[in-house]
Amino acid sequence: MKKINIMFFGIILICLTLFIISFELEKDSSSGESDKTVNIFNWGDYIDPKLITKFEKQTGYKVSYETFDSNEAMYTKIKQGGTAYDIAIPSDYTIKKMIDNHLLLPIDHSKLKGLGNIDSKFLNLPFDPGNKYSLPYFWGTLGIIYNDKYVKASEVKHWDDLWNPRFKNSIMLIDGAREVMGLTLNSQGKSVNDTNVKDLQAAYEKLKKLSPNVKAILADEIKVYMAQDEAPLAVSYSGEAMEMMDNNKHLHYIIPEEGSNIWFDNMVIPRTAKNIKGAYAFLNFMLEPKNAAQNAEYVAYATPNKAAKKMLPKSMQDDKVMYPTNKTISHLEVYDALSQKNLSKYNDLFLQFKMH
Amino acid sequence: MKAKGLYFSSYVLWLLLFVLAPVALILYQSFISINGNFTITNYENFFKIVAYLRMTFNSVFYAGLITLITLLISYPTAYFLTRTKYKQLWLMLIILPTWINILLKAYAFIGIFSQAGPVNNSLEWLGLGSHQLLFTNTSFMLVAAYIELPFMILPIFNAIDELDESLINVSRDLGANKFQTFWNVTFPLTLNGIKSGVQVVFIPSLSLFMLTRLIGGNKVITLGTAIEENFLVTQDWGMGSTIGVILIAAMILIMFLTGEKKRRGR
Repeated sequence: MKKINIMFFGIILICLTLFIISFELEKDSSSGESDKTVNIFNWGDYIDPKLITKFEKQTGYKVSYETFDSNEAMYTKIKQGGTAYDIAIPSDYTIKKMIDNHLLLPIDHSKLKGLGNIDSKFLNLPFDPGNKYSLPYFWGTLGIIYNDKYVKASEVKHWDDLWNPRFKNSIMLIDGAREVMGLTLNSQGKSVNDTNVKDLQAAYEKLKKLSPNVKAILADEIKVYMAQDEAPLAVSYSGEAMEMMDNNKHLHYIIPEEGSNIWFDNMVIPRTAKNIKGAYAFLNFMLEPKNAAQNAEYVAYATPNKAAKKMLPKSMQDDKVMYPTNKTISHLEVYDALSQKNLSKYNDLFLQFKMH
Repeated sequence: MKAKGLYFSSYVLWLLLFVLAPVALILYQSFISINGNFTITNYENFFKIVAYLRMTFNSVFYAGLITLITLLISYPTAYFLTRTKYKQLWLMLIILPTWINILLKAYAFIGIFSQAGPVNNSLEWLGLGSHQLLFTNTSFMLVAAYIELPFMILPIFNAIDELDESLINVSRDLGANKFQTFWNVTFPLTLNGIKSGVQVVFIPSLSLFMLTRLIGGNKVITLGTAIEENFLVTQDWGMGSTIGVILIAAMILIMFLTGEKKRRGR
């Protein structure tokens, strides 16, 4: 009994000490009023940390930086409004959903400096006409990554090539209903936003035949596995592909020409924002070509900032993985925000596919 | 008396806030359809959509296999553990891995089982060639069994350890051989340890979900995966809760089946 008491006491003591230390640390880091802090909510590993320091030095604001790993998780957190985020960086279809649910503040373009640096083809997109609520941060595509040790370039040109019986048990798919259903719809000449029940059912029937070729359905882990030669083929995003290719020179990335997904991550100001001035300071800071270029070099995703793109190393600018030709881009589609009913339909079919 | 009442009320408050209230919330949520109406559509869907029924079967099947594997390994281990000299030390070494986070353990196995990992390297060295180890049902069950092992060993160890040694001596004195003693005396008397071990392993195994992706490569789909997907991706909290309620019901059933209901008859 005595032993247990000592143990309990010990645990409580440890908790208290940790609590006091963290309290002290927090007091240090957030000294000053709340209008001196900018709360930023971003994807993990999606900004050069040096830029945050630079921003703090330049503007005198303190940055409180938090990360999320899915649009849905971010959406829920902002909707519940526990923390007052001043800046968030959701993807296209989530931005549409947030606008529809009045979760965002309109952006006053007269307070922006350097909006002209953004390539006009990334402005005024259907999910946010006129960029009333969002400004482009990064963009990318969905495609196939192959290892030239096991697969010839001529063997993977189209989505349909994934169904080749030669690739038995060798494909790693990204764990997303929109992505996997979308590529199947593309292979059938349909849109990634198709909601026709018959088309979806047909896509599912086709997808079922892909099962023998699928080795695993994963998320971020694909990066590590592909770099380690664990599988010859994978379906993932361009930015992830860049990272894999840095670690394994046998890997290549292609965008099937019949069509694929193009996505955008844009900066928004949530309705719950407290430090609006700070939010604009950050938007302007990220619009500056020098900062955007530094960020693009660190994160290795494609920047929509054309002035920044010119500052990148030549090899990066000419990279067809990051910056596909305009012809390729014209075949790509943005995911629309689906209604709850259609979203369920996509997910149910995808779940059934996973069961095979 | 006063102190007792205080203890008691704090206990009741705890139960209300952290056990009953969440369960009630899940139960309520499970009747909310995707359109926000109060219906039983979610339950109808669960029993109508083949995928969900197959998932339920998968969950029960794999949880059963995992439990069986751990039991087969744990009983002999626990038995011999009680016979060793420094049994507390050995026991501690077995419990030690539970101090490490389950995700870290899963990631460690990714390294061990990968194409260029130690297992494949040794297989190749032995001339057996390398094999696909990750993303197979076998590796999934192996890792799950490894993680659950300490939770099965502990209750069985305690049951065997508490067994009155003189009962075994009596059995031997009366002419039973070693096997008869084990089957008629030791085993029935330690059955309670097995029962609680089975409960502790089977119930969490029903809803394992991180492992199904990391080790099983999402080729084994259990109800845990479905709950995650409904809450995070589809954002159909109603359906997610419905699956949760069904899991809770399954757990109550297991508790009931492995519970001590025979006592009354004797």
